[in-house]
Amino acid sequence: MRPLTSISRSYVCSLCCLLLTLVLIPSSNNIAFAQADIPDTAAPILPAPATSLVASDHKYDDGDHIDLSWVPSIDDQVMKGTVTGYRLYRITDDSTPVKLAEFAAGTNRYQDNAVRLGRAYVYYLETIAPTGTALSVRTAPLRTEREWINFDRKYLFLIAFIIAGSVIYFIETARRGKKLFIRKIAGLEAVDEAIGRATEMGRPILFIPGIQDMDNVQTVAGITILGRVARVVADYDTKINMPVSRSLVMTAARETIKTAYMAAGRPDAYNDDMVRYVTDEQFGYVAAVDGIMVREKPATCFYLGAFFAESLIIAETGNSVGAIQIAGTAMPAQLPFFVAACDFTLIGEELFAASAYLSGEPKQLGSLKGQDIGKGLALLMILIGTLAATLSAAYDIEFMTNLLNTLTSVFQTNR
Amino acid sequence: MKRTVPLFITFFVGTLLIVSVFLPPVQSMGENFTLFFDIIAVFAFFLGGGNLVRIHLDKVSRRKKDWGYSLVTLFGFFLVLASGLFKIGNAGGIAASVTASGSWFQTIFERVMNPLSSTMYALLAFYVASASYRAFRAKNREATILLIAAFVILLGRTPFGTMITAWIPDSLSALQVPNMAIWIMSSPNLAGQRAIMIGIGLGVVSMSLRVLLGIERTYLGEDKG
Repeated sequence: MRPLTSISRSYVCSLCCLLLTLVLIPSSNNIAFAQADIPDTAAPILPAPATSLVASDHKYDDGDHIDLSWVPSIDDQVMKGTVTGYRLYRITDDSTPVKLAEFAAGTNRYQDNAVRLGRAYVYYLETIAPTGTALSVRTAPLRTEREWINFDRKYLFLIAFIIAGSVIYFIETARRGKKLFIRKIAGLEAVDEAIGRATEMGRPILFIPGIQDMDNVQTVAGITILGRVARVVADYDTKINMPVSRSLVMTAARETIKTAYMAAGRPDAYNDDMVRYVTDEQFGYVAAVDGIMVREKPATCFYLGAFFAESLIIAETGNSVGAIQIAGTAMPAQLPFFVAACDFTLIGEELFAASAYLSGEPKQLGSLKGQDIGKGLALLMILIGTLAATLSAAYDIEFMTNLLNTLTSVFQTNR
Repeated sequence: MKRTVPLFITFFVGTLLIVSVFLPPVQSMGENFTLFFDIIAVFAFFLGGGNLVRIHLDKVSRRKKDWGYSLVTLFGFFLVLASGLFKIGNAGGIAASVTASGSWFQTIFERVMNPLSSTMYALLAFYVASASYRAFRAKNREATILLIAAFVILLGRTPFGTMITAWIPDSLSALQVPNMAIWIMSSPNLAGQRAIMIGIGLGVVSMSLRVLLGIERTYLGEDKG
């Protein structure tokens, strides 16, 4: 067959284009015609309602909470954006429905905290979509009940009872005269020496009780230690400087130091300006303390309380002025900084033991001994838990699995 | 009487807070006592502010050393106090929010307080370096272990640590520096932290009982029970 010439190819292409055009025109007409079949006044498609709305009385409360859960609208589950949200309505004792809350799409639970005993509550949900809304089935009337004891925390109560009981037992034992062994704490053994150093050098002592208020037990611990320190300071006739970041701490600290000076027979040496308020602002307080250190060059610095990011800034400044530094905190994240920068650090529980330790009083020391029972209990539980977890995972022993689950439930205290 | 009433209040409120953990009807009372503390603390602000003004006024009036800094402190204190109390600069007047856009209080907070706080916080980087230099020295066995652990973690957090041990095969991937760093943080370090936290919890219980039972009274200004 002879090949087509260029003129012939052009002719063929043009013919094909013409034919294609002729074919498409009827199709376009068909499309237009098909669109005309759809009426413009079609009814909007409403969203599917949320289902399985359940209201239940919250366990172990004073009858003031109701838990609600539901299955989101099927439209919400299938296609994102078709449902924009939900509205929850409540009917109290057959009164008029009141809107209780609004939720974003996808929400499936809520807790009603504005509930009162003796009233009947009915709930329903309104599903909201651009095309309209749909109401769910109403819940059955629900009346809450008061529960006097939270049995979910029975194990917590038992543990607390054992630990508190052991503390009280050893306090009484010590009070009766039994000698109790308490290990040495290097940081506390150094307190007198540190104060003596400041006395010999004729330079002040700086005491920082942390940056939290009196509602933090670490601050209370710091104040109790301050009492012991201030007593020695009064005996040695050393100057003490205590800038604080909370007004209540200022008040408590002044009272503590004043009493210490009176006990030492030096009421005339006490001055309110030993304790002064600086600011609540964290880094403003840090700047002030650093300034005091640089200007007054304290010979001894105590940091005993709750600290956050400012711990290392303060401790390094104290180090730069050549002070002996004794620190203590129960903030695990700050302990490494104090250990790195200070001469002595009271780690965790040692902060709370410090006051009792320094007092040397038997019944105070007895409370420290009671803590050991708690530690023993913790050690025992850790060993049992580790064994159960290991054997359960390695050999799939049912008894160990059950034991592990039991231990887990015992120590879940967030209920 | 001066000590007896506070001791009674301490015992009563403390016991109630403990009971509220286990008895739901009492829980709201426990929450209220916590709120009461916040109210008392607010009133205490007057004591703190008054103390601040008195000390610095005394320093200025007596022309003590560095009294100029006290003058700056007083100026800042009264400026912010007035800005907040009288809503100076607020378009909505004294009824508007103290943090409304354009107010002097908000402007001072955003353009003075925040930059100054960030500056102080930035010092931490340099202090970490200086503290590390002193802490991470092989002075004894424990310090050597600390130094090695710190070195591994430092390398493990950087691309260089990945690069220098990338040649180690997957069968020995535990020896790659990033993985060693993760192990140190997730096993020994975490175990130690949790042990400390258990001790802290027990310490809190012990101290709380001493305070509750009146054995520890130093915080009240009394030497001992």
